[in-house]
Amino acid sequence: MNEPKLIPMPQTVVTAPKMDAVPSGDAQPAQTRLAAPSVIRQFLNQKSSGRVPDGLFGGLMLICALSIFVIVLLIVFVLVRDSRLSLHAFGFKFFTGTVWDPVSGDFGALPFIYGTVVSSLLAVAMSVPLALLVAIFVLEICPQFLRGPISFLTELLAAIPSVVYGLWGVFVLVPIIRDQVGPVLEKYLGWTGFFAEPNFGVSIFTASVILAIMIFPVISSISRDVMKVVPPSQREAALALGATRWEMIRISVLRNSRIGIVGSVILGLGRALGETMAVTMVIGNHPDMMKNLFAPGYTLASVIANEFTEATGDLYLSALIEIGLALFLVTIVVNAIARLLVWAVTRGNAARAH
Amino acid sequence: MGVGIQVENLNAWYGTTQSLWDINLHIPANHATALIGPSGCGKSTFVRCLNRMHETNPIARAEGVVRMGEIDIYKDASPVEIRRRIGMVFQRPNPFPTMSIYDNVASGLKLNGFRKKRVLDEVVERSLRNAALWDEVKDDLKKKSGASLSGGQQQRLCIARALAVDPEVLLMDEPASALDPVSTAKIEDLIFKLKSQYTIVIVTHNMQQAARVAENTGFFLTGKLVEFAPTTKIFTNPSDKRTEDYITGRFG
Repeated sequence: MNEPKLIPMPQTVVTAPKMDAVPSGDAQPAQTRLAAPSVIRQFLNQKSSGRVPDGLFGGLMLICALSIFVIVLLIVFVLVRDSRLSLHAFGFKFFTGTVWDPVSGDFGALPFIYGTVVSSLLAVAMSVPLALLVAIFVLEICPQFLRGPISFLTELLAAIPSVVYGLWGVFVLVPIIRDQVGPVLEKYLGWTGFFAEPNFGVSIFTASVILAIMIFPVISSISRDVMKVVPPSQREAALALGATRWEMIRISVLRNSRIGIVGSVILGLGRALGETMAVTMVIGNHPDMMKNLFAPGYTLASVIANEFTEATGDLYLSALIEIGLALFLVTIVVNAIARLLVWAVTRGNAARAH
Repeated sequence: MGVGIQVENLNAWYGTTQSLWDINLHIPANHATALIGPSGCGKSTFVRCLNRMHETNPIARAEGVVRMGEIDIYKDASPVEIRRRIGMVFQRPNPFPTMSIYDNVASGLKLNGFRKKRVLDEVVERSLRNAALWDEVKDDLKKKSGASLSGGQQQRLCIARALAVDPEVLLMDEPASALDPVSTAKIEDLIFKLKSQYTIVIVTHNMQQAARVAENTGFFLTGKLVEFAPTTKIFTNPSDKRTEDYITGRFG
């Protein structure tokens, strides 16, 4: 058998190696005793000192991370400072008052909170099943050649400006919901009280549909990415037990990625709560709290957008800024509840394999 | 009781690359059969063709006849039924991390709609005992996740999970290659015990392991079955020169 020879690294011919370990009493120059270091070792020995040290890197990261706290605190500070007039005038009743009357200076935010929360939750309820099914389809069932186009179009939906969604809503969705969808829902689900006349097309329901389309790409693409990282061995484990394709998806794909999926839903919900333009254009802008989803409504974001420019008087302006504060609080509360839900569901089997 | 498997003219491809060539072999019931050979020789592909797991790879394809008892597994049954009746244990332990130990073992039965709690309890205990894991986990069956166990325990959990659906055949694809010697010894003891009730096919890189647990051994090389014979014959008096070279460590 041929013994394979070890090929030596290229040697340098330059000066002595910089080594602290050279005995000082020795008169001979270093290079005559020590073989010249290989090019690689010499390069690495010089290089290591010039790199960004871990401490500096860590410090920079810490500053970036802390800036998030600073930004959030600043936002809260400004919101509270600029809404103090309204805070003094109405106190906690601002959040429970149902009248919004700029003329007599009476301001209550409840109808807007109602509109925001109901339209967003409804949007999530409509969007989540669709988004998850599309994500599962693209990942597990879709033929290869369709995968690219579907993913691309999904992400394209996210790139459309919301004012374009609004225009489309006004000219396409509103008539459809008024003339086609509305009568059907009234006929079959009218008994619930959620779908009743009058239906002008501009309504909380229409806003929810627009929002559902707008948050669909967020939920779908994030949950798809989360499902994609479920190891193939998990799929094989289920299949080898005699699982059908849906059972495999249920016990290995969805189950293992449920935390990430909930995360994607929370992100989508966040977008729905804050969405302004498209909602303003189709929701009807009337501060009511009706059980009927075909009735017009108003959201926190919409009222700020609509009335900020015409807010005459300090109290009016201050009330609008407090609306902003209310939106901030609603977002925090909804997120907190969502996280509590995640915690409650995953408690007891927190351990995850990776 | 297990059933035997008859393989006739089995060919398999990944895309356009043929990875198995005309495999003919009979795996006897209630015995352990070892498959050895260098990496990439087709032994894993072969066992995956036995329970139609290769079909989960869209570019994989197989032709030929595989009979389990009287059933032609490619013609007479769905892949779902075949995989339930021919269990499989993989190289890397793959318990479901979000399920408790109990739910891991019961998962196969629950999939098939089995809900009687008392029987489930019994089956879980029996499977864990048969997989030699019961004593180590009986106190936190429902408290601990399947992923919280050590590697060797996880692999025995996977064996228990496979046993819980009471398969007729158990395929093991290098079940001990990711484990330390102590866990490996436990798995080998287990195979010894299990073959009284199940037909076992074990793929292994470890020739001592094949010699210890299996009555019959098949040697694969570049997608072909070079030799299939009783284990003692393969290791003491192989009839093919290539088998001899491999088991004496002259190549591979």
